[in-house]
Amino acid sequence: MALNDMHAEAVAGIVDRVVTRYRRDPTCMVQILREVQEACDWIPPEAIDRMQALLGVPRTKIEGVAGFYSFFYTQPRGKYRVLFSDNITDRMLGNKAMMDRLCSSLWVERGKVSEDGLVSIGKTACTGMCDQGPAMLVNNYAVAGLTATRIDEIAELIRGKVPLAEWPAEYFRIEDNIRRADILLGSDLKPGDALLAARARAPSDGLMASNMRSWREGLPTGLSGPISMLDEIKRANLRGRGGAGFTTALKWEACRNAPLKAGLQRIVVCNADEGEPGTFKDRVLLAKYADLVFEGMTVAAYAVGATRGFVYLRGEYRYMLDHLNAVLAHRRRENLLGNNILGIPGADFDLEIHVGAGAYVCGEESALIESLEGKRGTPRNRPPFPVTNGYLDQPTIVNNVETFAAAALIALNGGEWYAGIGTKHSAGTKILSVSGDCERPGLYEYPFGVSIRQVLEDCGAKDTQAVQVSGPSGICVAADEFDRIIGFEDIPTAGAFTVFNNTRDMFQVARNYVHFFQHESCGFCTPCRVGTSLLKNLMDKLHNGAGSPYDFTEIEKLNQLLQSMSHCGLGHTACNPVLDTIAKFRPAYEKRMMQQDFTPAFDLDRALAAARQMTGRDDPAAHIITEESGEGA
Amino acid sequence: MSQTFIIDGKTVPFEEGQTIIQAATKAGVFIPHLCYHPDFKPHGSCKLCTVKVNGRQTASCTMRAMAGMVVESDTEEINAERRALTQMLFVEGNHFCPSCEQSGNCQLQATAYHLGMMSPHYDHFFPNRPVDASHPEVLLDFNRCILCSLCVRASRDVDGKNVFALSGRGITTHLIVNAKSGQLADTNFTLDDKAAHVCPVGVILRKRKGFAVPIGERTYDKQPISGTVDAVTEGH
Amino acid sequence: MNAPTKKLKVATTSLAGCFGCHMSFLDIDERLFTLLDYIEFDRSPLTDIKHCSPDCDIGIIEGGLCNAENVHVLREFRKNCKVLIAIGACAINGGLPAQRNHLPLTTILEEVYHTSPGLANGMIPNDPELPLPLDKVHPIHEVVKIDYFIPGCPPSGDAIWKVLTDLLAGREPELGHGLMHYD
Repeated sequence: MALNDMHAEAVAGIVDRVVTRYRRDPTCMVQILREVQEACDWIPPEAIDRMQALLGVPRTKIEGVAGFYSFFYTQPRGKYRVLFSDNITDRMLGNKAMMDRLCSSLWVERGKVSEDGLVSIGKTACTGMCDQGPAMLVNNYAVAGLTATRIDEIAELIRGKVPLAEWPAEYFRIEDNIRRADILLGSDLKPGDALLAARARAPSDGLMASNMRSWREGLPTGLSGPISMLDEIKRANLRGRGGAGFTTALKWEACRNAPLKAGLQRIVVCNADEGEPGTFKDRVLLAKYADLVFEGMTVAAYAVGATRGFVYLRGEYRYMLDHLNAVLAHRRRENLLGNNILGIPGADFDLEIHVGAGAYVCGEESALIESLEGKRGTPRNRPPFPVTNGYLDQPTIVNNVETFAAAALIALNGGEWYAGIGTKHSAGTKILSVSGDCERPGLYEYPFGVSIRQVLEDCGAKDTQAVQVSGPSGICVAADEFDRIIGFEDIPTAGAFTVFNNTRDMFQVARNYVHFFQHESCGFCTPCRVGTSLLKNLMDKLHNGAGSPYDFTEIEKLNQLLQSMSHCGLGHTACNPVLDTIAKFRPAYEKRMMQQDFTPAFDLDRALAAARQMTGRDDPAAHIITEESGEGA
Repeated sequence: MSQTFIIDGKTVPFEEGQTIIQAATKAGVFIPHLCYHPDFKPHGSCKLCTVKVNGRQTASCTMRAMAGMVVESDTEEINAERRALTQMLFVEGNHFCPSCEQSGNCQLQATAYHLGMMSPHYDHFFPNRPVDASHPEVLLDFNRCILCSLCVRASRDVDGKNVFALSGRGITTHLIVNAKSGQLADTNFTLDDKAAHVCPVGVILRKRKGFAVPIGERTYDKQPISGTVDAVTEGH
Repeated sequence: MNAPTKKLKVATTSLAGCFGCHMSFLDIDERLFTLLDYIEFDRSPLTDIKHCSPDCDIGIIEGGLCNAENVHVLREFRKNCKVLIAIGACAINGGLPAQRNHLPLTTILEEVYHTSPGLANGMIPNDPELPLPLDKVHPIHEVVKIDYFIPGCPPSGDAIWKVLTDLLAGREPELGHGLMHYD
């Protein structure tokens, strides 16, 4: 019997326990599946039987959800499920050698399960450890800073079937690597202070009465407390830190003003699905400044009149779950969450953490909400927008981790103070996740307006060829643009800052990113589902030496189509890395257009290999030579 | 009082809450589409019905009509993009029209005709998608599935059965049926279901009825899909 | 159309096809005579000329690519014809032969030559005269650049006539309702 076979009764017992803890609530489907898998090592059909019975939802729904997320397995995987992070930075740090070493040491083929069911080894998208790669996930727990020695030790532990909990703790140590701190990373906020400040800022006149009625009933107008908080956010000119840069106060105000049907409530969601390759700031904010983030969420709840909140934590950060829950428990004990927060009657707000399961697209706010509702993470048709029809059709704000952290500081210090930091159009600071070719990778927090050149100097980057700002969906900045600045008026960013020195091949960088988008496309709309695959195939064709000017034209046409026809930002931006690198590093592409004329994407001679093997032939006619060598009439 | 917007220079009236495609269809203006069906909640996934509204592309099946909108639909630029989407659908699955029971009645095929698709252009994926012939009355040929979700919506919203759903992600997205065995025979699906009659392509097929209508007399032999604007999605 | 001073050279072939498209070509009937005022046939099953002249103007190709020989012929056409036209479903998307593509070639050969009932001492033919099959059947546009396509299984004589006359007249070929079909 394979290691991961369990008796049906045992599986049912596990499902019962998990489903009960989630109150038999089908909206918790993703959490239920995750916990069932953590206990069973995969999601066996018997578990789905039981979930179907207990949750009262059709099997198709459970299988549809389980099939969507990369980290859920409906086929048996290893007892130890190893996934190597495959961001470009992991590649630059030699992740392939690490993976090959582990595969050969454990006698397992990449992507497969070992025959005894002990281990499976595969690749996954960026795990957010770019400053300390190469990195891997073992049963969704992050291990960073891999070395050959560490790989050998891990192989030994797996061979010895040592439970993950008994592995040396230092394997799982994740560094913060804070290199430059400003208001956020230097914050020493005492939990509760921002809330007290927000409350104190309300006009004292009739404070308790008006203020608290608003929170409890979600009334939109005429209430000075929350309104004055909103005013501070407005004054601060805070804009979303997830990349798009939407004005936070507008979003909050729209949510606050959205009509609320009886029995419903407003929702605050923190988007900690930090999936953009090269970004890892939210990991550190949550690891080290969780109180600041939660306090920001509570401030937001106060401002919009929300009573329920969620943190959507990416599956790769599963290891932080216990810590975050402990912080939440502490805040409840301190009366910073729960009912009558800080003793204010009617000030009710609590939040819970939902863990994702390997789907970049869930960083898109409406896909994130779908996932929170226990569904496939497919972006919704908009309008309506989440601020009016979000989580379970309730008015919902979704903001980035860093946005909430900033909101807490604005509550504490006021909007004017915040607006005084940064530039005219970009208030405040921005945390950059610096990785790649530099001496000191890690987090750098700067007031907006810092130049690319300055950051490169600070992080010890030499001979820099390019910087990918804001990840694959952002922009690729070449050396002649290093005086450009980080800010909404020039280069907006969600935080990734990936440095490439002049030994790097920018075509391979773009190809890695194209593979990423292809893997992460949700498959909902035709242009992105098929287009990202076609784009990937074309980039691979160039890589394989079969590219010609024809393919180059095809790539450009596909880019155009993805941009104009896709359903969401994933498709719209999937071609950015290619467009940018074509524009700025064209020689890297020209080098690859090795063919004058159209050439097939597949190797014709290799297409005969199976027939050669079956017939035992190897005569000249059993081969198709390439055209340059004089093939033809 | 009814409001209006303009599509390809034609003034089209609409009622509050109507989408662009609803109002256009009512006014006799054909907009190509595959996942849209007037009986169901719009899905917005195939993107064939994309139009330009005030210069910006949007799916006309999900976009509400608004007074004074200027909509471009039947332009060379948009039709070229729609044609590319159709080509993507053709290479993504296995669409061998000559041996398909739905040929001549297939909306994908008819839409490709309408858009002048002379070839699938891209390299074919040739995916491996086994058929499900388990059900006594209905054959499922997944090779032709375009993931429009019409059967999913019909089974869920009309039949109340949830026989179909999409699973997988990205290019591996695929249709599944509601049975542990994965076989249609083990579901409560019947020929009377609405879901049995909404497939715009040739996935959900009634057994022993294939090729019943001779070539020349099938739906889109008689008139192009653009000419069926009034009854366009009645299907079979 | 006025008769040109120099006739266009047209070559045709059937790769992994059934010659049905060629039969349909003949279905343009008496219009063939008109056509012959404008074109002359080079390599074609109609002439039995074995190889393309180097100065062909139009190559018409039926059928997809299922073996090495198909690839050689297609390359010869691409090399010697200014314009290539893919004719019929098989050339355009692989057609019926491509319906083997979901099976591994090894499985197919095993079954056809070894395990099918009624085979005694079956062996897979290995004569060097025989072209080896490709692991998958490919439409021809996946291997060489194709300039025009005439869909249909087969396209009707009228459709073929329309495309050819459009081309001869210097128009972008277009098939309207009734002429455009994939079956």
